[in-house]
Amino acid sequence: MPNFDSLAYFLPELLLTGLIVTIVLVDVMLPASKRDRIIWMLSLGGLAVTALALLLQPATEQSLFLGSLAADPYSRFFKWIFLAAVAIIIGISPATRQLDGSPRHEYYLFLIAVTFGMFLMASAIDLIIVYLSIEIVSIGSFVLAGFLKDDRASNESSLKYVIYGALSSGIMLYGLSLLFGMAGSTNVFEVQAALVQMPPKAYLTLTVALLLILAGFGYKISMAPFHFWTPDVYQGAPTTITAFLSVAPKAAGFALALRFLGVAFGANPDLNMGNWVPVNGVALGSLMAIFAALTMTLGNVMAIQQSSVKRMLAYSSIAHAGYMLMAAVVLNSQAFSAIMFYLVIYLFMNLGAFLVVIWVHNKLGFDEIAQWHGLGYKAPLIAIPMGIFLFSLTGLPPTAGFIGKVYLFSVLIENGDYLWLAVVGAINSVVSLYYYVGIIKVMFLDAEPTDETLEGQPAMTGLILALVVPVLIFGLYWSPLLGAVQSSLKFFTQGI
Amino acid sequence: MDSLQSYLFISIVLFCLGLYGVMTRRNGVAILMGVELILNAANINFVAFNRFGGMTQALPGHIFALFVIVMAAAEAAVALAIIINLYKTFSTVNVDEAHELQG
Repeated sequence: MPNFDSLAYFLPELLLTGLIVTIVLVDVMLPASKRDRIIWMLSLGGLAVTALALLLQPATEQSLFLGSLAADPYSRFFKWIFLAAVAIIIGISPATRQLDGSPRHEYYLFLIAVTFGMFLMASAIDLIIVYLSIEIVSIGSFVLAGFLKDDRASNESSLKYVIYGALSSGIMLYGLSLLFGMAGSTNVFEVQAALVQMPPKAYLTLTVALLLILAGFGYKISMAPFHFWTPDVYQGAPTTITAFLSVAPKAAGFALALRFLGVAFGANPDLNMGNWVPVNGVALGSLMAIFAALTMTLGNVMAIQQSSVKRMLAYSSIAHAGYMLMAAVVLNSQAFSAIMFYLVIYLFMNLGAFLVVIWVHNKLGFDEIAQWHGLGYKAPLIAIPMGIFLFSLTGLPPTAGFIGKVYLFSVLIENGDYLWLAVVGAINSVVSLYYYVGIIKVMFLDAEPTDETLEGQPAMTGLILALVVPVLIFGLYWSPLLGAVQSSLKFFTQGI
Repeated sequence: MDSLQSYLFISIVLFCLGLYGVMTRRNGVAILMGVELILNAANINFVAFNRFGGMTQALPGHIFALFVIVMAAAEAAVALAIIINLYKTFSTVNVDEAHELQG
């Protein structure tokens, strides 16, 4: 579609851009005392308008700007996840004590800029947009991780993030340049058309290019062995940002990686067909299976040893990336729907768990697991939801996490080629029970009932309780969510 | 020397030097210089493939290289700001001395 006609389908992104510019302009005009409050309301209002534009967007499969972006139900599904995550994070930020003393108005600006980048990631079908969108998300995230300027941990985390991020995207760029050289085009569909005709002598180069590109994608979704930044950044960054990074950019990374790998490295570029086969010469399935096994095992084994809740949840988020990568081994339509289904549930349960961490940090000022001693009696309204989130993260029925995991495993079992990976995944789930239940034990079982209570923060408590609802409901009645996922499995595809 | 191979050779040497720099240097600014080498190696690839791949009409490789240059500048600006902030709190730009987060 030509550039001017594309604008109608680009409205949510344009509104986000307008919001960013408005915030920058309004920022300098407001008195310092009101800035945080007004820009907070402006951001949430702008996101609501963006959501409305997204809702009214026609559900067609289009390519925008001469084949740079795809506007299709698949990308729209992920844009809802990003909007939900960023709205929750911006919503709770004023109540987060950790951010007191930092310029929150600038922080909202960066969050919205990152959201814009994630919107592009979800619809990228051009190598230039792939690189640009990942960088837009990364550069904003670097700043956000180091937002507590006087805090040593926050500084260190942003330093580690920027070094790993810049290196990974550089390596990915080199892989993209090799792919460009082999295909002679930056359009993903034209890349695919060239890759299916590669002679066997080009297979080695193709595999090298794929590995280099996976370094960039792997860094975004914290896939081992490109995950080294994750625990340090998650621990040092402000907790709201940790919660955000663990959900939204990870979902964006999956959206981009699944579409890119599925189209460019598939024997058939039409993802609507549903039965995906890799292009000759790359063993993408086996490669992803090894990465998936490595990622979840490493995440779970390291999570056991942690004493900080944030760091434990960081390793747990690596493990969850591994579970989702399990389905990415196959990449048929069942795998797509299982991953998208799991990402929605992961959004609720992981954000919920992090909100509890923020709540406790506001009260006690610590993130150590030992400090949570007796929380079950002091603040049952917080501790019981935390227990539910942790059960869901483990994947125990009747929570939504269980249903999500069932779908991920069923992809592998029905495919049948990677049963060993399903076994590794099952063992990992059992291992994860140990550290998740460890927190529940500290909160409830180790302590004696006391009269001491921790109260307050009704807004945040309400939000935590609201996040429990989908975690429980989707555990019992998940067909509406599954229906939404399956109606979103429509991809733009270019006729050749 | 006017062949694709010679450009690719320069580019891979540059890439390896950049990677070596990132791995061995402990100074934050020097690590960034290594990253810049990697980005420029990719840029050489893009332009060389465009020139020798016969794509003289649309120039996608050149355009990609321009985007990369802009992105590299943005990234360097943010990274240097972060390193300056690190210097304020840790009084060093040595990345090994910032090691409070471990485990």
